[in-house]
Amino acid sequence: MARAATTTDAFNAVAEPRRRQILDVLAEGERPVNDLVEMLGLAQPQVSKHLRVLREVGLVDVREDGRKRLYRLNGLPLKPIHDWVKSYEESWNERFDGLDDVLDELNMEENGDGDDGE
Amino acid sequence: MATMASRHTAVVTLPTDTQILITRDFAAPRHLVYRAWTTPELVKRWWAGQRGTMKSVDIDLRVGGKWRYVMTTNGGFEVAFHGEYREIIPNERIVNTEVFEMPGASDSDAALNIVTFTDADGRTSLALLVETPSKEVRDAIIESGMEGGMQEHMDLLEEVAISLL
Repeated sequence: MARAATTTDAFNAVAEPRRRQILDVLAEGERPVNDLVEMLGLAQPQVSKHLRVLREVGLVDVREDGRKRLYRLNGLPLKPIHDWVKSYEESWNERFDGLDDVLDELNMEENGDGDDGE
Repeated sequence: MATMASRHTAVVTLPTDTQILITRDFAAPRHLVYRAWTTPELVKRWWAGQRGTMKSVDIDLRVGGKWRYVMTTNGGFEVAFHGEYREIIPNERIVNTEVFEMPGASDSDAALNIVTFTDADGRTSLALLVETPSKEVRDAIIESGMEGGMQEHMDLLEEVAISLL
């Protein structure tokens, strides 16, 4: 149960496309809010709002550097979601690999002998 | 974002609290993917993946028609799924219900599967949207994929970001 709750929080935070963009940028390194404003083409209040949500679920940390506040990614809260969805995804991958084999065969049948198709 | 690592990898996303979206491209035209998806002898060959073998596949492919798949897992258990077709557009779209048969499960727990087959440069993009009646059911469906145990790698953002696209 605890896992479902945490998962949902972090998951909801990353469900928003702009917040994913912020995480993508921060994945490359620490940034002050102005950089994010510039890179995302959003108004500062919007960026700050998204950062606040991300901080609340622990996905983003902040530190003071002189007069600047630098934001950085903390990926740990994403790990449970990642693991949780990943093994489900893996079961579909196995299934689809088998479907690929079936399709190869159907492709060959349809293209006929001596015709390699594409 | 257009450059995915590999189009041969299924991507699972959770668009809302009650939905699961699975997408995958296939190197075959739509009508063949559709055939492999709806022909019992063919479904038997791929549906179990690495987890077991298909004991039976029944498909009555018409609106109101029923389907039922029974798999024997590698552990020797039989698991069965069934449902009903709600909408069929050949080579394009199938809407059907799906219930995992287990003690206590009723048709009110049924998920609604919406499968669409779309042309993509001579290939086919398949999207399977699973709509569940509640977040609990959705979570249970995802948990059912948890047999491999937790992966330990920590390469979080790249893969999560891709899987959330």
